[in-house]
Amino acid sequence: MNPDASTVDTVIDAVSAVFMIVGAVMSLAAAIGLLRFPDLMSRMHSATKPQVLGLFLLLAAVGLQLRTWWVWPVLVVAWIFQLLTVPVSAHMVGRAGYRTKHLHKELLSSDELEAVVLKAAQAAKDAEPDGGASDSIDR
Amino acid sequence: MMELVLTVTAVVLSLAAAGAIVRIARGPSLLDRVLAADVLLAILGAALCIDMAVNRHLNNLMLLVAVSIIGFIGSVTVARFVADRRGQTNES
Repeated sequence: MNPDASTVDTVIDAVSAVFMIVGAVMSLAAAIGLLRFPDLMSRMHSATKPQVLGLFLLLAAVGLQLRTWWVWPVLVVAWIFQLLTVPVSAHMVGRAGYRTKHLHKELLSSDELEAVVLKAAQAAKDAEPDGGASDSIDR
Repeated sequence: MMELVLTVTAVVLSLAAAGAIVRIARGPSLLDRVLAADVLLAILGAALCIDMAVNRHLNNLMLLVAVSIIGFIGSVTVARFVADRRGQTNES
């Protein structure tokens, strides 16, 4: 009923060791994906592995090793901060990559942004030439 | 056991950092380099976390948050101001 302290210690050490090794392997997977994937979008897919799941596993290992309850809220705050910033930067990089055509169109299974980009380009072309007749639509 | 974990993770993270640096050097476009630099910062954060876990201290936690702020601001800024200077497509 009451396992002695050294057994619990060993189990916690083993769990945190597994977390640390898997978290490090996430980084290696991201590097392999960066080297081997063909274009920017698929490289972005592999780059998010250490940023979210790898950081979660490593922060959990830190919390398990320190064995105090008050570090957990601090670690959760650090992880949530990463969760809030990573999608924003990935969105910006992905949008800039689409606009500057750093992608292989034949690898996409669906392209929902194409219609929006074509419409924006058409509107810009309509507004551009002499600014006379078509300009009133924009106002 | 912690020494073994430290050795294994050091080797793995070194290989990962080497791969990210190769992509920074070779990357055909600016956005590839930004992405690889982001991954390099994530690998640095992983190394800081492993140091905290193995040596049982919390000194690096603020540095970890600062590193993620720097990666966020850098990649958003570069992605905001990147421009298309090429005519052809599919060169990546």
